[in-house]
Amino acid sequence: MQSLKAKLISFSRALLHDPIHIFGVVSFLLLVALAIAPAKDHFSEWRHYQQQYLRLIHDRGDAVTLQRHFQGGIRQIWLPDLGVVDRCQSCHTGLDETSLADVSTQPFRRHPPIPHRLDEFGCVVCHRGQGAATTVAEAHHSTLAREEPLLPARYIEASCGQCHHVALPGTPKLNQGRELLARYGCVRCHSIRLPDSSTITPTDQPPPLTHIADKTTREWIYAWLKDPASYAASATMPNFQLSDADARDISAFLIANSEPLPGDAAAATVAATAPDPAAGASLYGESFCASCHAVQNAAGNVVGGDIGPELTRIGSKVKPEWLQAWLRDPRTYNSHTLMPRYRWSEQQLRLLSGYVQSKTDTDFLANVHLDPATPRQIARGKALVTEYGCAVCHEIRGIQKPENFAPELSRIGSKPLAQLVFLSGMPQTLPDYIAAKVRRPRAFGAALRMPQYSFTTDQEEALTTALLSLTDRSFTLPARLQIASPPAATYQPAGHAGKLMAELNCFACHRINGRGGEMAPDLSWEGSAVQRPWLDAFLKSPNTLRPALIRRMPKFNLSDSERAELTDYFMTVYQTADIDRDAIPLSSYSAGLVEQGRQLFYSKYSCQSCHQVNPQQDKGYIGPPLTQVGSRLNATWIYHWLKNPQASRPGTIEPNQNINDEDANALTAFLMTQKAPGVREAKR
Amino acid sequence: MKRLAGIFGTLVTLAAGCAHHPTSTPALHATATGAALVESSGGKQLGTPGTSLAQPLVVQVNDAQGNAVAGAVVEFRGAEGVSFDPATSLSDSSGQVTTTVTLGGSAGRYELTAVSNDKAGKEFVLKVTELAAGYQEQLGFELQDQYCARCHDPESSPQRVSNYDNLAVKPHAFTDGETLTKLSDSDLTAMISHGGPALNRSALMPPYGATLSKSDIQALIAYIRLVADPPWRVTGVVDAKR
Repeated sequence: MQSLKAKLISFSRALLHDPIHIFGVVSFLLLVALAIAPAKDHFSEWRHYQQQYLRLIHDRGDAVTLQRHFQGGIRQIWLPDLGVVDRCQSCHTGLDETSLADVSTQPFRRHPPIPHRLDEFGCVVCHRGQGAATTVAEAHHSTLAREEPLLPARYIEASCGQCHHVALPGTPKLNQGRELLARYGCVRCHSIRLPDSSTITPTDQPPPLTHIADKTTREWIYAWLKDPASYAASATMPNFQLSDADARDISAFLIANSEPLPGDAAAATVAATAPDPAAGASLYGESFCASCHAVQNAAGNVVGGDIGPELTRIGSKVKPEWLQAWLRDPRTYNSHTLMPRYRWSEQQLRLLSGYVQSKTDTDFLANVHLDPATPRQIARGKALVTEYGCAVCHEIRGIQKPENFAPELSRIGSKPLAQLVFLSGMPQTLPDYIAAKVRRPRAFGAALRMPQYSFTTDQEEALTTALLSLTDRSFTLPARLQIASPPAATYQPAGHAGKLMAELNCFACHRINGRGGEMAPDLSWEGSAVQRPWLDAFLKSPNTLRPALIRRMPKFNLSDSERAELTDYFMTVYQTADIDRDAIPLSSYSAGLVEQGRQLFYSKYSCQSCHQVNPQQDKGYIGPPLTQVGSRLNATWIYHWLKNPQASRPGTIEPNQNINDEDANALTAFLMTQKAPGVREAKR
Repeated sequence: MKRLAGIFGTLVTLAAGCAHHPTSTPALHATATGAALVESSGGKQLGTPGTSLAQPLVVQVNDAQGNAVAGAVVEFRGAEGVSFDPATSLSDSSGQVTTTVTLGGSAGRYELTAVSNDKAGKEFVLKVTELAAGYQEQLGFELQDQYCARCHDPESSPQRVSNYDNLAVKPHAFTDGETLTKLSDSDLTAMISHGGPALNRSALMPPYGATLSKSDIQALIAYIRLVADPPWRVTGVVDAKR
């Protein structure tokens, strides 16, 4: 050891004893230092990839073109208004080359076709990552800043949602996620403000609990609170994972806090008549209850609509007298319900309530035994109801609806990793954090109040995608790129007819002037489309169109005067200015024109592939049957529809066939001769 | 001496760790061997990049006589980015092995292989294709679901009754590569835009040129090319490697 030290000292003395030697050594070191920079540059990753790329294209047939397109060195996209400095193309050299479609090795794959140009948006706006970095590790995984790594491919649709606040046809996952945020009431606790300063509005229908003791029993509330999914497979209410004592006390409070409604106890005639299951079932079918309500069948599938609650075990829930009062007029109990007021007779009410009441599950409440509630339990129940924020969704007497109950999520997609507390063993990225939180919220702390949902993996992924779209960047993007969500429609039909439409809840299924559901046809221009007698007959007995559909228009049993009022309102108000419905006559066409129309229908335009005029011969079953279309639609509407179906009903799948005026005229004549039997006889 | 033993111990642990690392799953011991692999279900699914496929992939191990073999080891392999859960498994009592496939991050066709060993220790394989739709193919899928599938898909579902059987001239399923691969992109575009008569085919196919945009039609063709069976182009495959 000593000798080594001595040797070193003598060596350095020999080297540095002379100033010229010192100068020589220092010059050499300077030279080395100067050489490091170009050497580092020469051995950089991107240069290595560019050389690989040149070798890759060298032997191809299109080598000359590709070589002409190739630019060496660091390539950069700089978009100041988007905050983009992307050097990704330094390695991903072939992103724009359509002829490289067959190359599958990265980083040389062509970018799959998308509606945006690379030089207008850059890369990180969609893919995240560090655009300015020039090494793979730093650009993709952000090893130094640890803030913005690449967005995994499965969540890529989130990036579309930064600008597109309306549903896009190409982003099903994002659209589903946004629907789930609204449908499962996520946005009731977590407010979400979008860059266009609109908010996501919930679409679920949590019932008020003001009169709950009239409707159901404390035992049912207890079992429901313990596990909503055990009552209804399609329940939207999540599981709060309450202890037995918590569920006992909350149910005690809700029953004690309930205020009786006079109407609910009045129907005491319930047990007087024995229910007739067959007649009840057929009334349930005729009334098309299944358009909104689902029932779980023996195979475990939930069959029916999802507008109203599932009715599989409804008999174990509701009290018979309440059910009758509800069926008579649902709005007395819940003024915001989507359930229409059917005009059933007393006899029908008994039949239907008897049938619905028979849907019971004896096992459901078999193990629920509750002692009478004590004042202490009730007081504790009230405290729990406040703690868990039940009043955020449900109207509860004496409890104020809390504001901002849970953290706002308007920018959750950019939440800094430093602010997140990860579970041990989970990947430390934002998408993984959000997905884990959606999957099992209480895993992040037993004291957390967020309930447990029973989402499928697809739904979790969709929700994570929708949440990841709520980024800081979406707020700083220039306004010209923002595609705002349409404003919430507030259309309200006026007068007595408007009140009638509110009672029948037409808007639950039909859309009029931008407001309403999408299950049934848009009625904004119904008055221009149909003939008055048909509309009146349809409201009386709505069973003529599309007989194979499961979800159909219910029969409301309207009185003659109510029907006349609705029909008048529709025919007068719901018209389009573009169509004068009296411009083309309803009948008396020349036989030649009708025959010409028939030829066109069956040969040139082959309408029979989707429609039926002669049920014995035509089989097409996509569009509605046209056997009686001459009694249903106005001639002018048919003519305009043929000329451009999408202009009459945006989004309809009947293609615009560029039919010329003469052909459209002949087809209209042919279709207008397809009258209902009664009308044809009357003419003879 | 003590220190030396410590260092030695550490080295042994490290070496063991390194040796163990590549096969983190415990080795499975085959109790039987088969002679062939057949696909039971889960092939040719359309998924999205980076996502698990909706249905699991199920393959069956058979012996030379075609009888199911239980207890044979099957290993799944795919291109970079593809993962299997589980990647290696023993066939169950009905000879089947079930795995969940997660596709890689890029769109395209994925050729996966299931591998097992026969009595002599020789590998035999089964090739399975899965599809990952990029933006354009995804849009094409949505559009065909809305506009085309009612006639072109012979299968009915509870939500939609197929119109296929009602048509005098039967439309081609989009997976019918034999027919559709013979049509060039411009022929397909002409047919979608101007209807069947444009290529002297059935007038039951109406024109969509005034209803769908140019990019919509491109997306439809991209979808048709992706799902074509046999594949539209042999190239462009995400190669299977270990």
